[in-house]
Amino acid sequence: MIDPTVSHRAFVAPAVPAAVPVMPALSATASDRDDQGPALDVRNMSIEYSDGHVAVRNLTLAFPKRSVTAIIGPSGCGKSTALRAFNRMNELIPGTKTTGQVLFHGIDVYGSAVDPVQVRRRIGMVFQKPNPFPKSIYENIAWGARINGWTGDMDELVESSLRQASLWDEVKDKLKRSALALSGGQQQRLCIARACALKPEILLMDEPTSALDPLSTSKIEGLLDELKTLYTIIIVTHNMQQAGRISDMTAFLFTGDLIEFAPTRQLFVTPRDERTERYISGRFG
Amino acid sequence: MNGTFNDRLEVRKNKAKYRSVAFLIATIFSVLFLVLLIASIVNQSFGYVLVEADTDPASLARNGVALEDLDAAGLVETLREGLTRKHFAALDAEAPLVSRPREELLGLIQREIIREEVQKTWLLSDSVLHKGEIFAFRDAEFPEGRIYFRSWLSIDLLKNPQSSSALDSGLRGAALGSLATILLTIALAFPLGVAAAIWLEEYARDNRINRFISLNIYNLAGVPSIIYGMLGLALFVRALEPLSSGAVFGVAGDGNASGRTILSASLTLALLVLPVIIINAQEAIRAVPQSLRQAGLALGATKWQTIWHHVLPASADRILTGTVLAMSRALGETAPLVVVGASTFLSQDPTGPFSRFTTLPIQIYQWTARPQGEFRSLAAAAILVLLILLLALNATAIIMRNRYRSRRRTGT
Repeated sequence: MIDPTVSHRAFVAPAVPAAVPVMPALSATASDRDDQGPALDVRNMSIEYSDGHVAVRNLTLAFPKRSVTAIIGPSGCGKSTALRAFNRMNELIPGTKTTGQVLFHGIDVYGSAVDPVQVRRRIGMVFQKPNPFPKSIYENIAWGARINGWTGDMDELVESSLRQASLWDEVKDKLKRSALALSGGQQQRLCIARACALKPEILLMDEPTSALDPLSTSKIEGLLDELKTLYTIIIVTHNMQQAGRISDMTAFLFTGDLIEFAPTRQLFVTPRDERTERYISGRFG
Repeated sequence: MNGTFNDRLEVRKNKAKYRSVAFLIATIFSVLFLVLLIASIVNQSFGYVLVEADTDPASLARNGVALEDLDAAGLVETLREGLTRKHFAALDAEAPLVSRPREELLGLIQREIIREEVQKTWLLSDSVLHKGEIFAFRDAEFPEGRIYFRSWLSIDLLKNPQSSSALDSGLRGAALGSLATILLTIALAFPLGVAAAIWLEEYARDNRINRFISLNIYNLAGVPSIIYGMLGLALFVRALEPLSSGAVFGVAGDGNASGRTILSASLTLALLVLPVIIINAQEAIRAVPQSLRQAGLALGATKWQTIWHHVLPASADRILTGTVLAMSRALGETAPLVVVGASTFLSQDPTGPFSRFTTLPIQIYQWTARPQGEFRSLAAAAILVLLILLLALNATAIIMRNRYRSRRRTGT
């Protein structure tokens, strides 16, 4: 399903005044993409909300490239908070304090020289509830590329992005129609296509199927398998079966602490921690 | 725990029935009052008028030709004979009479020689129901008088400037003044209000100072409008007189305006509607789901790109609706403009932001204050004009809003 003709023309950063430091490593080169280091290296990250509640405590975790990593855990364990911290979306919640480092190409995305706008273009995000723009299907894909200075052929980009989300065949005749007319599952795949259109290196997914029916869910799960050849995927899910089906690595979070991080099969078959075992066997959470 | 359920279905249903009847009655009452209001205005705007002329038009026939059929030269002669020499010379000095169009000459004769004066006016209801009595009254009291059915709402009402005679008085100056004031008001208040709302909703941190600012904007929306009038008088008319009279721009407005200009009125009204526009735009922006902002930001958009491309289009319909409500309020405001110094009698059209002005509500107020009944009819007709103007404004806004809404739905 992946279109082999995906254009690799680069995004041109809008003219930035010299005074604004640009993350050097973020202008990713081919060698960066092929290097075997982790896609995202989280070190001692803690997140505290304005009310003093510590949602994530001392999280240290390295996400391997071109693979699917699932973050599981009971409600309120901080998994979504952690995920949103990876591309600095937590900053939208006033008073959130994040400490520690999130290294992306060796550079801390929380560094003072880093603009969250740069981070979010390269670390895309798909939300729990499908949130397409109230615009046409075409415009949903094209907008992000346009504001980020895409110089390539827009039609081509829209098509390849929709193909990556295996939505192209369903919508190719109605690109000018409103995205809101699509079904929930189609909307969510559109949101995935929209994120892919920016050619990010990492895709963060926050319970992307929890608002969808089983059929749409299985479509998206199948999609992840193909997308991981292009992107590093980090997915938060409260559905353990889903984590087992789709992920290569699984991290188990419990009350803000990372309890266990292991290859998925190992974590589910031979959990090392007693709390992990209790959770995956359904005794709490 | 002991207990049973007693569903008392009959009682509950009856209660609901009484309530719904009460709500229906309330609705009927409000509609009734609205109908009554319109009816009383319409009742005053049309009806029989009894006029008596100084000079009988029939006596102005020359050489057997009736007045209406005379040529321009004949009309000038009629004027020369009918007016004092001084008056005739004064009119001729304004613009040579021989070169004026025939209609204008006829109008002059009508005003200066025939000089019809209203003796009595009747309401529409009386004109329909008591026609006989009206004519009997004329025959008894004013045998020379002429009775005709007059619609005070007419093209002439819109075309004519204000005049001391109700018969040819119009509200052109007031209507133009209202339009100019309201357009300038919106041009000032809309961008300012929306910008403030964007800042308060999207940029301002939730701290004590900003909460204090928000609270005060809410309070300002409730300040009586006359207070804004006082502020406008002190600030725009007095303190900023060089600005509001156009002197700093090197524009010579009305020499005697001394700050009581359309600009002063618009600035005052802009202050008045600004809190309303801000609050309404804030609510419109707040109603945009957070998920839309997240979607934009997650795609590497800047805050402003997200606001401009997604938040504002999604809230535009609500912002527009609120702005129109504010506009309607400004259009109907009288008190602050009286304080700011609207002219009570102005026979010239406004020429620009630095000219003296009067507006429709001021004009209506002036006319209703006159003792003569005919001015009340004139006022009623002017109220109809104001209402039509308001409805036209609202309709425009609704059309704009619907267009935005459908564009959002179809996503084009």
